[in-house]
Amino acid sequence: MKIYVCVKHVPDTAAKITIIANNQIDEKVTFIINPYDENAIEAAAGLKKQVADAEIVAVTLGKAAAESTLQSALAMGADRGLFVHSDYHPDSLVTARALKAAIELDGKPDIIFSGNESIDSEGFQTMFRLGAALKVPVASNVVAFKMEGRFVTVECKMDAGSIGVIRMPLPCIVGAGKALNKPRYPTLPDIMKARKKPIRTITLDSLDLDSPAGSMEVVELRPAFEKRRGKIIGGPPEKAVQELVELLRAEAKVI
Amino acid sequence: MQKIGLLIETNADGVKPALNGVITAARGPEHELYGLVFDGKGAAYTDELQDYGIHKIVNVQSAEGLLSWNPDNWARAIVQVMEQLGINILLGLTTSQTKDVFPRIAAILDAPLLLDCIGVDLETLTAEKSQYSGKTVATFKLRGAHYLFGIRPNVITAHPAPVTAEVLSLQAQIGDASLRVEAVKKDYAGTMDLSEAQIIIAGGRGMQNGENYRILHECADVLGAAVGASRVAVDAGWVPHSMQVGQTGTTVSPILYIACGISGSVQHFAGMKTSGVLVAINTDPQAAMMQHCDYGIVGDLFNIVPLLTRQLKTTLNPE
Repeated sequence: MKIYVCVKHVPDTAAKITIIANNQIDEKVTFIINPYDENAIEAAAGLKKQVADAEIVAVTLGKAAAESTLQSALAMGADRGLFVHSDYHPDSLVTARALKAAIELDGKPDIIFSGNESIDSEGFQTMFRLGAALKVPVASNVVAFKMEGRFVTVECKMDAGSIGVIRMPLPCIVGAGKALNKPRYPTLPDIMKARKKPIRTITLDSLDLDSPAGSMEVVELRPAFEKRRGKIIGGPPEKAVQELVELLRAEAKVI
Repeated sequence: MQKIGLLIETNADGVKPALNGVITAARGPEHELYGLVFDGKGAAYTDELQDYGIHKIVNVQSAEGLLSWNPDNWARAIVQVMEQLGINILLGLTTSQTKDVFPRIAAILDAPLLLDCIGVDLETLTAEKSQYSGKTVATFKLRGAHYLFGIRPNVITAHPAPVTAEVLSLQAQIGDASLRVEAVKKDYAGTMDLSEAQIIIAGGRGMQNGENYRILHECADVLGAAVGASRVAVDAGWVPHSMQVGQTGTTVSPILYIACGISGSVQHFAGMKTSGVLVAINTDPQAAMMQHCDYGIVGDLFNIVPLLTRQLKTTLNPE
């Protein structure tokens, strides 16, 4: 069984983001594997234990530095890496085309896992576009996963505390939610072993992709400002609470 | 005439109130607004929808009748409706439902899609959204034959603009779905949805255990608020993940957010920083939440919250 896991190289949430050239960020900050993708790898590793002859291939598209995120995926249980090297960050329409082309060049997926979303661009869509391109079903925000024969049953988190139970045939794409599992911390031997695992590199330019019908372009990036009143209400608790309620009513007009 | 579709999400009380802001953003001098309804009750929503400017209410069904929840079927039905009516712009809220349906539509149409927008301009086809854990705001330019936008609930103020709406029905030929929805079940007892709540009261490390969330629920009942939590409280097993606000939980933007015993990590702010008014209750005056709030009270939440509940009762429900 061939298990692919799509991962993304993203700036650490704690990183200080500096904007350059009006529409990009300075990438000289710490990058990590997208946290949701860790759940995807964990799910793949769990599935590998269950089936005979499984191989986990971690796939990423990114600039040269993104190879370190493939290393993280290898340390967490992927058997080898597939690196689509790009000089720029394409939008999700192009990314999905590139992932499809690279995966098909590499092998025949039985199942593809990925994180439900990326914490940098927060686009929530690449896996759906990949699914449409590969003509396979996609389930997103998955919090429970079970495979029986060539069918997968997943539980998907919906609004207002509802859970949708979805059944779909292989091959399919599973978008991992945070509640799906607890990703492992790789041990030092895991990290050492990962360095010996193979990574196949393909350049984005070498993939003969058709042009999408649409595009999304960041024309401007600006820091998010918080305009907060910053009013700390002192005094005895009873009086402070009374003042707060009055402010919420008369000044902020929200209650 | 620009035809614009809006996915009308409903709940037990009717049209989700946060949709009125989305409809407000969709209006324009040459815009004709189509509200797409899946529960067959389009006629019943006429008053609510026409008040905000929906011209046509479309009951979307299949040849067999109502389309029960299946993101794949819904996406294909919406694509057909868009094609039949000549709609090339689709808007909706950003909810679990649209996050599951809009990307499928965008994939079928090979169209650009922006979810979780905090602003949209349909004349220039640009939209703004937060990126990098809420640290930046990106302005996107979309190009293509179709455009899809999901708007973060509560970020656009709704203004009524009444028109007279007409109700129609359309049948979509959906064929075989790629996946099957076997059941929809309840995960936990709470019914108020965090992402659309107008007011949220949330508790963090300071809550100490799950049982103590009772005092937040008591306050929430008076305010008609939803109760949220920080990651610390979820990781500790005090409350379910569905209550988590933040980077790896739910992104919210209520008009009022009351943070109790939440220090305010970058990840927590990522999920609530576009909230209207932010109140912090914390023993630590140096907590990030306290430094970035509108109103803060330095004190023990176990003392302050019950007082707040009592004061709100007196103020909001005077005898």
